[in-house]
Amino acid sequence: MRAYARLALAGFRRYSTYRQAMVAGMATNVVFGLLRMAVLAVAVAPGPIVGYDIATVATYVWLGQGLMSVVVLYADKHLAERIRNGDVVVDLYRPWHLQRALFADDLGRTGYAVLVRLVPPVAFGALFFPFRWPDVSAVPLFVVSTLLAVTVSFGMRFMVNAITFWLLDNRGVHSLYTVTTWLLCGLSVPLTFFPDWAKPILWSTPFPAMLQAPIDVFLEHGSPWPILANQAFWAVTVFVAGHVLLGRAVHKVVVQGG
Amino acid sequence: MIEVRDLRREFTLTTKVGRFKRKKHTVRAVDSVSFDIAAGEAVGYVGPNGAGKSTTIKMLTGILVPTSGHVRVSGVDPSRARRDLARRIGVVFGQRSQLWWDLPLRDSFDLLRAIYRVPRPDYETRLRECVDLLELGPFLDTPVRQLSLGQRMRGEVTAALLHGPELLVLDEPTIGLDLESKERLREFLAELNTQRGTTLLLTTHDLDDIERLCPRLVVIDRGTVLADGPLDELRAEVAPERVLVVDLEKPTEGLDDLPGVTTTRTELNGLRHHLTFRRADTTAAALISAVAARAEVHDLVVVEPEIDDVVRRLYARR
Amino acid sequence: MAERVYAKLVGARLRGQMSYRTSFVLQCVAQAVAQLTELVIILVLFSRISALGGFSVHEVVLMYAIAGTAFGIADMVAGQLDELPTYIRTGTFDVLLLRPLGTLAQMMASDLHLRKIGRVVGGVAALAYALSHNDIAWSPFTALLVVVAPISGAVIFAAIWVVANAVCFWVVDGQELANTVTYGSNAFTSYPTTVYGPWLRRFFAFVIPGAFVAYYPSLALLDRPDPLGGPALLGWISPLVAAAAAVVAGLVWRTAVRHYRGTGS
Repeated sequence: MRAYARLALAGFRRYSTYRQAMVAGMATNVVFGLLRMAVLAVAVAPGPIVGYDIATVATYVWLGQGLMSVVVLYADKHLAERIRNGDVVVDLYRPWHLQRALFADDLGRTGYAVLVRLVPPVAFGALFFPFRWPDVSAVPLFVVSTLLAVTVSFGMRFMVNAITFWLLDNRGVHSLYTVTTWLLCGLSVPLTFFPDWAKPILWSTPFPAMLQAPIDVFLEHGSPWPILANQAFWAVTVFVAGHVLLGRAVHKVVVQGG
Repeated sequence: MIEVRDLRREFTLTTKVGRFKRKKHTVRAVDSVSFDIAAGEAVGYVGPNGAGKSTTIKMLTGILVPTSGHVRVSGVDPSRARRDLARRIGVVFGQRSQLWWDLPLRDSFDLLRAIYRVPRPDYETRLRECVDLLELGPFLDTPVRQLSLGQRMRGEVTAALLHGPELLVLDEPTIGLDLESKERLREFLAELNTQRGTTLLLTTHDLDDIERLCPRLVVIDRGTVLADGPLDELRAEVAPERVLVVDLEKPTEGLDDLPGVTTTRTELNGLRHHLTFRRADTTAAALISAVAARAEVHDLVVVEPEIDDVVRRLYARR
Repeated sequence: MAERVYAKLVGARLRGQMSYRTSFVLQCVAQAVAQLTELVIILVLFSRISALGGFSVHEVVLMYAIAGTAFGIADMVAGQLDELPTYIRTGTFDVLLLRPLGTLAQMMASDLHLRKIGRVVGGVAALAYALSHNDIAWSPFTALLVVVAPISGAVIFAAIWVVANAVCFWVVDGQELANTVTYGSNAFTSYPTTVYGPWLRRFFAFVIPGAFVAYYPSLALLDRPDPLGGPALLGWISPLVAAAAAVVAGLVWRTAVRHYRGTGS
């Protein structure tokens, strides 16, 4: 456990070295937030849509802008690259569980991202737009929900990357994953805007657990418990699935020599 | 072929001073470099890392514009006539590829033919020659990404020669290659220079390249030319000692009083003698006859100073 | 003659990318899906509202379709300029300078993003849908405009790409800021310019001539007056704006490469 804590710390440090990139990232984030904000603000100007008034929209947009880099909504390619160039063999023979080690690193990254990627856009939104702060009692739930969102996202990214063991050029899988996530996680438009028949289908995929779930907890839309239960279910499911996938991959590498 | 006068190139670097302040300062990567290279020469351009070799090469090939000074390559000013120059010279960078990594070698060559507008018969003659001499045949249809480094380098050299350049510039062409690939490449380049008269300019860390290919050496350090001349002359100048190693039929003592000999070392109980002497004091021939007068000689060899040693002494001298 | 060279470069790229067939097909599909995702978002939004910035769902889809098609084409041709920092860092850019061709044309032709064809196809499909569901004042002029607008838009986007990425010759970490401008202008142009506040509008519609990609041409196709009070003529001058943008981009690129060769890396 201690080793994994150290890994998490190293992850935090590694990401905190890219300071210039961070400033540029913040500017980008704000510009895109403004563009999204403009469209949704005009949409709700005549009157609230399914409970979203201007303050809710602002909170949704700016919290989403912040969470998207905390949760990571695209498939990172780190592991895929290591699989492709064969370095992964080194990772596999280290005395650790690869999935857990990478998760520790990802949690470190999360910690850093909360500071520099989540706080600035939320602060920006709260300063320049009407904003809906939750009741104090919802804050710990929001923290738990965000952690679960990161876990689900990590689990999904791990699996998408692990596919590289079988499909060496997996750029296609990566792009498809990213595109699907952006639509179904609730980043572009609140999932509650979707037609009523579509909502149960959406929530039966792991995608809402990554972004819409923590946002809903923050906005106190409905009871938080079913949301957290949904997230917990997906977190466990994708983690176990990833574990099984890794086992198969190791078997493949060991038996077939890559 | 190449004419360089007072070539100078400065870079402005900004360093952080404290949290927000930045300080600009100018670094001279190349400072008052002058040399001429005649058509048909093969010249080694050597120096330690950061000496200004690559910067010079970039100015000669039109990638960088000099801060000041005069450059003519193949009769044109590289910084003004980049495209014109590109058709006349070939460039090989050991560490960056000009091939298309996901295409077969043959396709890359065909593309370069189109880019350089090489007439098909010329192209085919040149390609056939390179394929024969560099033995590209077995992997001509393999995508570049699957080639070994040695195979890729042979492809790179071919790629640089397809438009029939009169000058071939090579930046670290043998870096990372195994011994066999190095030797094959050197053989090819030597032939290119002597048979076809292509002018060669190469930078290298591997002094065997120079020994094998370049009668002339230009040594650069900290942006300025330290030495320029035939390898033999440089040797005579900075490393004047040579060693005569003689194996005698019978053990003999005391060869150190021979005229011109500075130091001696004896091995094999007096059967083998290393006699160090200076060119200025005596010749190898005179020394050999002097030895032969004393004892019966079984075998002998004259050892020249290692080229590494020559270059190291040149750096040490400044 | 020179065109033949570039055609060959493009052909080579096609062969190279096809060598990973499964992945290539999947990437094309992903691009098409990405394009239609934006359409789904518009439709979801309009399932809850009836007008956005004064425009109906089909009118907004028309703007989105023109912008999306234009962006797809531009991404195909100029998208690899995003790789410029890598080109500079690895010295690949120096290799381009060693060849007897222009650097910008080489970059565009030698690494064409063919998978983006999926995005173009998705955009054209959306455009066909939008044209059949809007009351277009059909005439030879509007018919021509339907073809010309996405192409002019593509030129404008490509010019934006060139200018934004040329910054990387000066600023090492300029990539993300460049992305803000390129991808941001895509997001901007997919919706009516009327939804944006004055600052965003000034920058994305006129400094970067984003309004000429889809907004004004759509107004001309729909034969609607500009709610922002612009003259009707604006809908027809996109090709001129595109030409001007291309000239500016060419000049900026030339200055940037000069700077690179003068200052080096």
